[in-house]
Amino acid sequence: MDTLILYIGAIVLFAVSALKDREKTGKAFMKGLKALEGILPQFLAVLVFVAIILAVFDAEMISRFIGEKTGIIGSLAAGLLGAVTLIPGFVAFPMAGELLRNGAGTVQIATFVSSLMMVGIVTLPMEIKYFGKRAAIARNSFAFIFSFIAAVFVAWAVAL
Amino acid sequence: MGGSVMNIAETLKRYRAAIIAAVALFAFMALFPGYAPKAGASLLEQARTMLLVVPPIFLLLGLMDVWVPRETLMKFMGPGSGLKGPVIAFAVGSAAAGPLYGAFPVAAILMKKGASFSNILIFIGAWSTTKIPMLLFEMKALGFRFALARLAIDIPGIILIALALKAVVPKTEIARLYAAAAAMDLKPGMPPNKP
Repeated sequence: MDTLILYIGAIVLFAVSALKDREKTGKAFMKGLKALEGILPQFLAVLVFVAIILAVFDAEMISRFIGEKTGIIGSLAAGLLGAVTLIPGFVAFPMAGELLRNGAGTVQIATFVSSLMMVGIVTLPMEIKYFGKRAAIARNSFAFIFSFIAAVFVAWAVAL
Repeated sequence: MGGSVMNIAETLKRYRAAIIAAVALFAFMALFPGYAPKAGASLLEQARTMLLVVPPIFLLLGLMDVWVPRETLMKFMGPGSGLKGPVIAFAVGSAAAGPLYGAFPVAAILMKKGASFSNILIFIGAWSTTKIPMLLFEMKALGFRFALARLAIDIPGIILIALALKAVVPKTEIARLYAAAAAMDLKPGMPPNKP
């Protein structure tokens, strides 16, 4: 769905652009392609690493780690699993909801969701390419720590 | 002649990480044949989504690069934009579609057009976790309270993380990132982390 909107948007905007200025539109297209080629090496590396990680950490494996009320260890596992995996929200949310209904702790689930969305270990090569090592690693570290704080707050708010 | 040999060497060097990853994948599939079919399937699945999502983002960035004047963007998201900057950064990041890795090239073009570093960090934070379509989905799957509580803590969290990052990343490093972003389409092969 997201992808469809993206393509329709791109096509419409390129059409409008071409109507206004052919030459500029061609230039925009070439610029886009060049920038895409610039990130391609990191992009391909990420793609392959994601394949390996997701082969090991599938939904079943993740459920086993954060399926029950597993305390601090479970929270830590949830944070780490969220950090290393790359699952789109429309897959992750129903899975997390299912776990929650089956007795998983709110803290663990919230940690997993937050860390999944904000921390990206496998996409680090791409992030480093644009943000440099220092900023990329710092951002992921801060976001990782924040996932635990956010989770405690969410659990508190849900239990109110 | 020498030039083309250099080009091949240069290309190999650029794709080093991808080559290592491919070797690792083969080693993994050979060592754990039980996981091999799943690794293959997830590679195809990831390739399908990523290769579908990423190219249009870059083409749109090309359009933005050509059409949006630097002065305009600076007025909205530059260092002197006041409160407008973070609000716009939040709004644009939250309205975006797609995974977080799609936000990084957008951030680079924002740098090129003169958005301030803290606004870019807020944009990245918003893209990562306060996306509106995802919020509706999260409400449905995890409950109204869960999703709203997460949103309520994420907004100050994103701002805090942006401030913390601005404090720990040295000014010279930020200047280097901006220079690399400005040169992005001139030398696509140049990694920005050269000394």
